[in-house]
Amino acid sequence: MIKTDILIVGAGPCGLFAVFEAGLLKLRCHLVDALPQVGGQLSEIYPKKPIYDIPGFPSILAGDLVDNLMEQIKPFKPTFTLGERLETIEQTGDKEYTATTNKGTQIQAPVIAIAGGLGCFEPRKPPIENLANFEDKGVDYIVKDPEKFRGKKLLIAGGGDSALDWTIELASVAKDITLIHRRSSFRGALDSVDKVMALANEKKINLITEAQAVGVNGNGVLKEVIIKSKSNGEFALEVDNFIPLFGLSPKLGPIADWGLSINRSAIEVNTEDYSTNKEGIYAIGDINTYPGKLKLILCGFHEGTLMVQSAFKYIYPDQKLSFKYTTVTGITGVE
Amino acid sequence: MEDIITITVKDRDGEMHKLEAPTDMSFNLMEIIKAHDLPVEGTCGGMALCASCHCYVKSNHELSEPSEDEEDMLDQAFFVEDNSRLSCQIKITEELEGLEIELAPVND
Repeated sequence: MIKTDILIVGAGPCGLFAVFEAGLLKLRCHLVDALPQVGGQLSEIYPKKPIYDIPGFPSILAGDLVDNLMEQIKPFKPTFTLGERLETIEQTGDKEYTATTNKGTQIQAPVIAIAGGLGCFEPRKPPIENLANFEDKGVDYIVKDPEKFRGKKLLIAGGGDSALDWTIELASVAKDITLIHRRSSFRGALDSVDKVMALANEKKINLITEAQAVGVNGNGVLKEVIIKSKSNGEFALEVDNFIPLFGLSPKLGPIADWGLSINRSAIEVNTEDYSTNKEGIYAIGDINTYPGKLKLILCGFHEGTLMVQSAFKYIYPDQKLSFKYTTVTGITGVE
Repeated sequence: MEDIITITVKDRDGEMHKLEAPTDMSFNLMEIIKAHDLPVEGTCGGMALCASCHCYVKSNHELSEPSEDEEDMLDQAFFVEDNSRLSCQIKITEELEGLEIELAPVND
């Protein structure tokens, strides 16, 4: 069991900066994120895009902002559980919540700050009827262990890096592999595109372009995928496994089940301290909503700052909290 | 007014909406649709990075060709047709007067 003062759900920019503000008040933080790396959207969607509205930075790459935030919070020694999705929050005592991830990691804290951004990033699932019936019975959205596909007949769908990379990797493992893509050109890294084209020319993979998977059939387990091609119409391809790789998109996920007041996929908060309807639970950044809400990183920084002041008073109602500027006192890290 | 154009948007229930859009404020189409409270997420904020503003162009307006970034993102979208566009990549200009679009379905 991990014990901390503030459990921060989401390691995006707002969650990270909240560690700094909490640290100034000597509050320790543990962060959980469903993604395997910190930074949230900034790392997952646009690490190479410049951001122009961070005060003091005329322009900063999203990835660099994440690196800087990690550097800034280092003195406060935050701890992380990455690549795990927080599933449940349970009140287990007076000012005590116990949260559990999908992998069974448990974290205990008096305060929970949800900085979940847009929710959890999950694989995009193509709109094919019955597809859900074959999940784990021939349909996979992520490749965890290539060995699972040894000697199998595979169909991979998609045109990005993950579709290309897995096609290359699995070409030597699978018995037979087909890659299907909507267009005739690919958006992946040039090197990967060249490799896939070479494999296709050597007949080591089957490449079907300007086509989409439109149906799946099978009896309990997947038997065939129906493909609709611009030039050849509809036809069935017999496969053991179908791996659609269309990137990740955010879903609110389990956050919706925590008894919080939700309005249009966002958590309603009191703007005095960004508290939710549940005592000891706060929501900051893109995940919250209130009159006048703007989904900006800089607003999330502000929200986190006010949030930790309130969290301190909630955890230590008898202690007096006097606000100090870092320019006066500097930064005192934790042991 | 001279610098206001009218755009018709068909929502996912088939209902038509006439939207007014100023041409002199460098808006994109996604922002206009969102500003009128139509159900477009615009998750990434207009960087052609999420495909949540996917729409179909129904009128014969000459639009600038989709960029490679936009095509790449459409690869990750579903229900993609030949007239698919990401509305965030369409700049509001006076040439778009009378544009008709339809919101693409979402897969939930």
